[in-house]
Amino acid sequence: MMRLELVKRPQRSALFSMLSPFIAFALTIIAGAIMFALLGVNPLTAFRIYFIEPISQVWQLHELAIKAAPLILIAVGLSVCYKANIWNIGAEGQFIFGAIFGSAIPVLFPEFEGPLVLPLMLLLGMVGGAAYAAIPAFLKTRFNTNEILTSLMLVYVAQLFLDWLVRGPWRDPQGHGFPQTIQFGDAATLPQLMPDAGRANWGFVFALVAAVLIWILMGRMLKGFEVRVLGSSPRAGRFAGFGLNRMVFFAFLLSGALAGLAGISEVSGAIGQLQPVISPGYGFTAIIVAFLGRLNPLGIVAAGLVLALTYLGGEAVQSALGISDKVARVFQGMLLFFVLGCDTLIHYRIRLIGLALTKRQAPAKLEAAPKLKEAR
Amino acid sequence: MSANHDGANLLEVRGLTKIFGTLTACDHVDLNIAKGEIHALLGENGAGKSTLVKMLFGSLEPNSGEIFWNGQAVRIPSPGVAKKLGIGMVFQHFSLFEALTAAENIALSLDDGSPIGSIAAKARALSYSYGLPLDPESLVGDLSVGERQRIEIIRCLLQTPQLIILDEPTSVLTPQEADKLFETLERLRAEGKSILYISHRLEEVKRICDRATVLRHGKVVGHCNPREETAASLARMMVGSEVKSVVRAPAEGIETAQPLLEIRGLNRKPATPFSIPLKNIRLDVRAGEVIGIAGVAGNGQGEFFESVSGEVLQQDATSVRIRGKDAGGLTITGRRLLGAAFVPEERLGHGAAPRMKLSENLLLSRHATDGKAFVGTGGMVKSGAVYAASQRIIEAMDVRKSAPDPEAAALSGGNLQKFIVGRELDRRPSVMVVNQPTWGVDAGAAAHIRQALIELSRSGSAVLVISQDLDELFEISDAIAVMHNGVLSEPMPIAEATFEKVGLLMGGAEPGHAEHTLETA
Repeated sequence: MMRLELVKRPQRSALFSMLSPFIAFALTIIAGAIMFALLGVNPLTAFRIYFIEPISQVWQLHELAIKAAPLILIAVGLSVCYKANIWNIGAEGQFIFGAIFGSAIPVLFPEFEGPLVLPLMLLLGMVGGAAYAAIPAFLKTRFNTNEILTSLMLVYVAQLFLDWLVRGPWRDPQGHGFPQTIQFGDAATLPQLMPDAGRANWGFVFALVAAVLIWILMGRMLKGFEVRVLGSSPRAGRFAGFGLNRMVFFAFLLSGALAGLAGISEVSGAIGQLQPVISPGYGFTAIIVAFLGRLNPLGIVAAGLVLALTYLGGEAVQSALGISDKVARVFQGMLLFFVLGCDTLIHYRIRLIGLALTKRQAPAKLEAAPKLKEAR
Repeated sequence: MSANHDGANLLEVRGLTKIFGTLTACDHVDLNIAKGEIHALLGENGAGKSTLVKMLFGSLEPNSGEIFWNGQAVRIPSPGVAKKLGIGMVFQHFSLFEALTAAENIALSLDDGSPIGSIAAKARALSYSYGLPLDPESLVGDLSVGERQRIEIIRCLLQTPQLIILDEPTSVLTPQEADKLFETLERLRAEGKSILYISHRLEEVKRICDRATVLRHGKVVGHCNPREETAASLARMMVGSEVKSVVRAPAEGIETAQPLLEIRGLNRKPATPFSIPLKNIRLDVRAGEVIGIAGVAGNGQGEFFESVSGEVLQQDATSVRIRGKDAGGLTITGRRLLGAAFVPEERLGHGAAPRMKLSENLLLSRHATDGKAFVGTGGMVKSGAVYAASQRIIEAMDVRKSAPDPEAAALSGGNLQKFIVGRELDRRPSVMVVNQPTWGVDAGAAAHIRQALIELSRSGSAVLVISQDLDELFEISDAIAVMHNGVLSEPMPIAEATFEKVGLLMGGAEPGHAEHTLETA
């Protein structure tokens, strides 16, 4: 008989801190192979279609960048929250509100054109995301509510509000009754980076810039130090004179603003109008991206590209093999599951224990027992 | 198997070894405890006392070695087995539920299903017969630390153990309460029970223990009869070298010196049902002096520290004044900027962030006061300057470490404490408030820290030290005040202070009415 035991490491393991995402990815591939085999598809074929073919041409890399941009933008914001031990799960809602706020200009003032339109839209998008994120922050600091619940529930409020807007007041009058706004004009459209090569737009640049800025903030600046102290030991943070409530607002507003920027970039770049559904769950998938990237902004860039690929792969296997594109969600779920599992290895090591030793010593214990009764 | 062993030994331990990773916490430890003796286990913090005791009580399994109980080889895989054998333990940190009564707490650990009424009756009878009166119906949250310890002892005695292990039992007691405990221990010995007494207080070991085993770095370095030793010779055995004693030059001209820390009418309502309210506290600490605050743990010292440091703000801004300025409404950062420095009781998680490097932990308390030196334009941290300053502190305080800039949690308690105290001393603060400066720190490091605090005061700063260690307070203070139940006594000049006077105040006596108070104990 053998049993497994987790033994706490004296120090966190730098090696496993680095390896954990890779082990998780390998385990996901193995589990994915089993899943494809069960679906009756040759796993090797499926993997080729899922992971290789979607990025074998330049225009496809552009599609990858389009999918990765919102993931990275949202995830770097979330990484600040999670480092501060603040659990913003509602980035999807903040993404939607950013999109709604930013779209107000082209929808309500379609005649307003010029170079100011786009910057104003982006700014409003950030304001919208931040304002929506301020709700759970206010509830947490004022009433001590659980931000996981409030931020998550507000996602559904945002989704239904958008649905109502595009079916009601903001519906395109010339749209034959389709639930969508008017198409944004040129001034309100985020330009493509290389129109000749593919569709990728400036959203991807925003994502990279945000990642670098947050990386500097967290690693080099006093504010980032404050985030890390309050997140890892709140009492020490209070001793340092850092305010927890201020931090809750800072983290929510920052991550909300970045999610809002992602929302308006998606709508004005890739979609070009508001629709009932504007996100394939970017706000939730970004949580996986944040953890797969070890809450490190540069790691998040890499993780964002990987998760973007799972979206493209899902579409690819649907069209090539007739498997539901829900398979993308399965891959994303497995990745998060394995990442969180493998993170245990950073603080613990696994020890195999044989039970032989226990058996050999057991009789001694039995011998002592009768003696015990006498003593009483 | 039992034939070779002397029947008089209740417990015999041979070659017990416990290894944690690269650290050998117990290295072939031998220990014999005879029936009807009080056996002292001596050693500095980190010498392996707790590890050894945990193996005897079944909380840890040894890597190798043998344990004989009444001459029989036994294995103790769990505390349940230890209890069945007849080994009871009273822990240093109590494991009681504050919201339950004493009897309910006792019933929880007995798990034999007997009705609570009969347990209460038994506990009451036992407690009176051993001179440790206890009301089983009282809520633990309302009891003093000494009374809580009684519950632990009664709980242990109800299981009729042959061997009772006591881990630093007097560290939470007043001198008078400790005397009571010693009487009980002597009665237990007279009944033929054995006691393993863990302590680092050498005077009390000399007083009540028949034999002693001394541990150092996980190894047994000697067995002796403590009555034939001096406190100094026992200390030498524990530490392995002569401990430098602290030198305190008389404070000069204190009477006319400016008070740098003034506390006037400081009140605080209890934040939780079990915390202590502060009642109208008044205290001056002048330039050049060290004031000590004695008291049994849990009498409001923690609440007092939070209030003075500014982790909790006061309604009345004048209730705390630092260098003549009202500070009651200022945050801890504001108070630091007035020249105050603070060292809290908890090292890991309060005074230092465990998973951060020492240099980052330097920034923790000094990011505002040394803003120019450590933080550049736009909030960028000057990590080079911070690193250099942390190395300067490490050198000045002789902090021993395994890497150039290790995580705080990787340091031993004593070395981390040296760093945390050194971090504040390095600023030359004009007001220094320290809670438990040497708790859990080895003798050499403790002497270093105490000397540094005295020197800071002699260079013109006001130093306030809160401590449960009376020896320490008598060593470094110019005057001692006592905190009891949220009330602070007048400071007593050190020349007039005695252990007895301070002890009575710790037990709750009104100053001047000392002779009437013993019956409450």
